[in-house]
Amino acid sequence: MKWDWGAVADFMPKFWDGLLVTLQILALGSLISFALGLVWALLMRTPTRWVRWPVGVVTEFIRDTPLLVQLFFFFYVLPEWGLTWSALTTGVVAIGLHYSTYTMQVYRAGIEAVPAGQWEAATALNLPVRHTWTAVILPQAIRRVVPALGNYVISMLKDTPILMTITVLEMLGQARLFSQQNFQFTEPLTVIGVAFIVIAYPASLLVRALERRLVR
Amino acid sequence: MTSGLWELVLHGIWVTVQLLVLSGLVAAAVAFGVGMARTHRLWIVRFLAGLYTEVFRGTSALIMIFWVFFVLPVAFGWQLVPLWAGTLALGLTYGAYGAEIVRGALNSVDPAQREGGIALSFTPWQRMRLVLLPQAVPEMIPSFSNLLVELLKGTALVSIMGMGDLAFSANLVRLALQQSAEIYTYVLLIYFVIAFVLTRGMRGLERKLKAGLGRPVGRSADQELHRPETTGVGAGGAVR
Repeated sequence: MKWDWGAVADFMPKFWDGLLVTLQILALGSLISFALGLVWALLMRTPTRWVRWPVGVVTEFIRDTPLLVQLFFFFYVLPEWGLTWSALTTGVVAIGLHYSTYTMQVYRAGIEAVPAGQWEAATALNLPVRHTWTAVILPQAIRRVVPALGNYVISMLKDTPILMTITVLEMLGQARLFSQQNFQFTEPLTVIGVAFIVIAYPASLLVRALERRLVR
Repeated sequence: MTSGLWELVLHGIWVTVQLLVLSGLVAAAVAFGVGMARTHRLWIVRFLAGLYTEVFRGTSALIMIFWVFFVLPVAFGWQLVPLWAGTLALGLTYGAYGAEIVRGALNSVDPAQREGGIALSFTPWQRMRLVLLPQAVPEMIPSFSNLLVELLKGTALVSIMGMGDLAFSANLVRLALQQSAEIYTYVLLIYFVIAFVLTRGMRGLERKLKAGLGRPVGRSADQELHRPETTGVGAGGAVR
């Protein structure tokens, strides 16, 4: 086994470009998944089953099918329907949508964990539905779900390399490009493998610390 | 779609199922081995098992697949058959997530049970086999069910390496027909059906195992929020 530090040095500028794209995907994807997940979770609490049932089926469908195939679906089918997005936009929307079906379960659990007495107190105080949600239930629910959401951000980080398949040049895309140009596979792939651990491990420690502080 | 193209898809399903079963078996072996090692009494065993899980959970499954396909042959001269390379990469990665599930479930067994085993002077292995595992395994099933679906979704990643699985066959059909909406809808539906069969099967298994212990089925909101270590492929978390 030969390890060439020169190749690592050559790869580093590309690596930083890739890291930047990865973090962009992560930030935008998280925003989409947090917002959309809350929408799904609230829709699942509407009184009529004509809303709950379709939302439940669609989200389970998205959750149980591979992100890779969904990505191809968006990348190849949307242009056929006349929607042309850049690869990065397509990827961010796909990954955000995919993870929103997970964050939705987190929000649901967070809302269910709010003690029933809080609901009853809101009713007793004659609060309108809107205020019950925005001033009583959600502030308590969100506080509980922050660590669990953090876990999904870390998961999402590890799914960002899939965007390479639709030509987004994030870390793995850069590594593959570099390997093909220089015919050196070991160094770039190992560098980004280690980079993922270096980012993900402290992040998971942070999430655990948050969990100790916020969830009881 | 012509029948020839459907044959391609059928072959893809077969490869996906093969890959799912094989890597599922590898992952289960790794999960139980490493998960039990994490409750070992020697710190060095616990440390090595912990290192394994952190490294394999820390990095992305796709990068592991790239590594096994491109780095292993160059660096060590091991050229694996694609099916085995895929099995190895998926089994090792998802096994690390499974190990967290096993560890979490073992730790959630009432400590008095372990102490009872010690009082009866069982050997550590007897304690594990006769006391801890029978109570821990039913608790693992919901998390394993999630992980199995994640593994199914993970098998699609090997298509990037040119293995002819279901996702790859979709690509071929797209190129042949020059249109994608139809085939990708079918393929997503097929994946969903497989996942549906898996989760319902696991639910039945859970009901059967928990009936023997007299425990309720399913997971509470509290477990959902305290699902630690989900830092990875979607929902593969441990029950606490």
